[in-house]
Amino acid sequence: MTISVWPDNKPLDVAAIRDLPEAERGEQLKLVAKQVRRLIVQTIDSARAGHIGGDLSVTDGLVTAAFGVLNIAPERADDPARDRLILSKGHCAAALYSVLALRGFFPVADLETFMKPLSALNGHPNRRKVKGVEANTGPLGHGLPIGVGSAVASKLSGKNWQTFVFLGDGELQEGSNWEAAMTAGHRKLDNLVAIVDRNRLQQGARTEDTASLDPLGDKWASFGWEVADIDGNDTAALLKAFTQDRKGKPLAVIANTLKGKGVSFIEDRVEWHHKVPSREQVELALKELA
Amino acid sequence: MNAHGIVSADTFDCRVAFAEKLIELAEADSRIVAVCNDSVGSSNLNAFRDRFPDRLINVGIAEQNMVGVAAGLANGGFIPFVCAAGPFLSGRATEQVKADIAYSNYGVVLCAMSPGMAYGELGPTHHSIEDLSWMRAIDNLDVLVPADPEQTKAAMDWAVSSGRPIYMRVGRHKVPSVTPADRDVAFTFGKIDVTGDGTDVALVATGTLVSRALEAAKLLEAEGISARVLNVSTIKPLDAETIIKAARETRGLVVAEEGVLEGGLGAAVATTLAENHPAKAKFLGVTSFAPTGSNDFLLEHFGLTVKGIADAARKLVG
Repeated sequence: MTISVWPDNKPLDVAAIRDLPEAERGEQLKLVAKQVRRLIVQTIDSARAGHIGGDLSVTDGLVTAAFGVLNIAPERADDPARDRLILSKGHCAAALYSVLALRGFFPVADLETFMKPLSALNGHPNRRKVKGVEANTGPLGHGLPIGVGSAVASKLSGKNWQTFVFLGDGELQEGSNWEAAMTAGHRKLDNLVAIVDRNRLQQGARTEDTASLDPLGDKWASFGWEVADIDGNDTAALLKAFTQDRKGKPLAVIANTLKGKGVSFIEDRVEWHHKVPSREQVELALKELA
Repeated sequence: MNAHGIVSADTFDCRVAFAEKLIELAEADSRIVAVCNDSVGSSNLNAFRDRFPDRLINVGIAEQNMVGVAAGLANGGFIPFVCAAGPFLSGRATEQVKADIAYSNYGVVLCAMSPGMAYGELGPTHHSIEDLSWMRAIDNLDVLVPADPEQTKAAMDWAVSSGRPIYMRVGRHKVPSVTPADRDVAFTFGKIDVTGDGTDVALVATGTLVSRALEAAKLLEAEGISARVLNVSTIKPLDAETIIKAARETRGLVVAEEGVLEGGLGAAVATTLAENHPAKAKFLGVTSFAPTGSNDFLLEHFGLTVKGIADAARKLVG
């Protein structure tokens, strides 16, 4: 993996970003997001498979959470009080793996094994094989109930960790999400954050042409959630939302994103749900992400 | 106690023993929580709720959410006992059981209350007769069917100490105690409890059918047919050794369960026999969606009775 486009070729101390002042954090997270996008493209190129569109749309949210907010670190992967990061849209495993690798949970070089025979890096994440993975997701509508359980456990144990769950927008057509949303609202789980990667595209078409989700913020609010409706590809806006006053409620961040963000010919095109770029397109993509 | 292990003619609802034991376990271990789907009453959790109000997580009528929440609680260091009616736990939340509990390897005890045809007249929508087949098909999930209150309590002890993903039936149909008085523990994981050493026929039963098999063995013995009874309280992993031994030492097996024949205990026994020691066998179970009737009526309807088991045995050795 040839990841480095750090300024002056000097890698950032990614573990230290969380302690920076907010303005500086937002800027550094942008740099990290670019690295992660490059890793995603190379990981998918290596496997010749993956879900590139959703990987690139959710990148800024994952990066902001993992490097800018949450108390997670490879040396504390089993700490009972660690924060929990759950990727409910498990098909975007390449994005999660790239984030975890860059954060040091496993070597970046391992990304080359993505989806190869007997690799720990399955097409969907497996907590028994990959450090930093909290739940074996893949079938949609599973992450938020698990997140609710984690948030209840956090309060019950008095350890007070935070739980962040990343959801696809198309995924919200699964009813189990709304069962969990109802429980979270009812129990006022203010230690739970659901981030909806609102790229408005699902596998086959636009969400609003399939089974419309709007008005999406109103739906969450009516289930008893605090709602932040933001630019989900803006690390500063994400940082602000993730740390805002929850008013004693669970928080839904409607992260308005572009599917395929960062690579012009992939952005906002339904066919790039899980299309694999040609070798030439990979070169083009990496050039755009340089 | 008589020769076939029926300790007393009194009958018991395993849910009562379950509820008492859950409180006892929770007193001793603060990691134990109960998760349910508006089933506080039907799962007998009222006393638990009064004793540990914060440790009863009632998610409402939402089984998929319920099982996912249990996985999250296990992730957070707790040992959840999920209590819900069998048909909805095993049917509505199958994918959560597979992905969130078994594949994720979380120590969660999925307690299927009122399994089989316990809900009688409420009809097939409320019967849990496919659960053993569905749950057996999931890798890394142990499947338990305790046959009486003592076994239910002992199985719960084992569940907590093992930390395993577990699916367990908790019966509502009143059953006599079938645990022989000389056993040190009422339930041993992965072991079939054998009563008698008859060499004509082996009666292999689980749950509600165990006491009936023990009675059938008595009838048969009076006719000069010697039987042994195998109480299978761990459906998966199956104690193949004891099944093979029974096949080797008898002239055939009758297998009886309160569930469908496709994929349940009978299917597990058949696979074991076919691969190791082909033997004559007859399989008794629920062969169609049930007509209207009480649990007892329906057991009778499908021949899951003392007479039904004895008749099958006579035919087998005749």
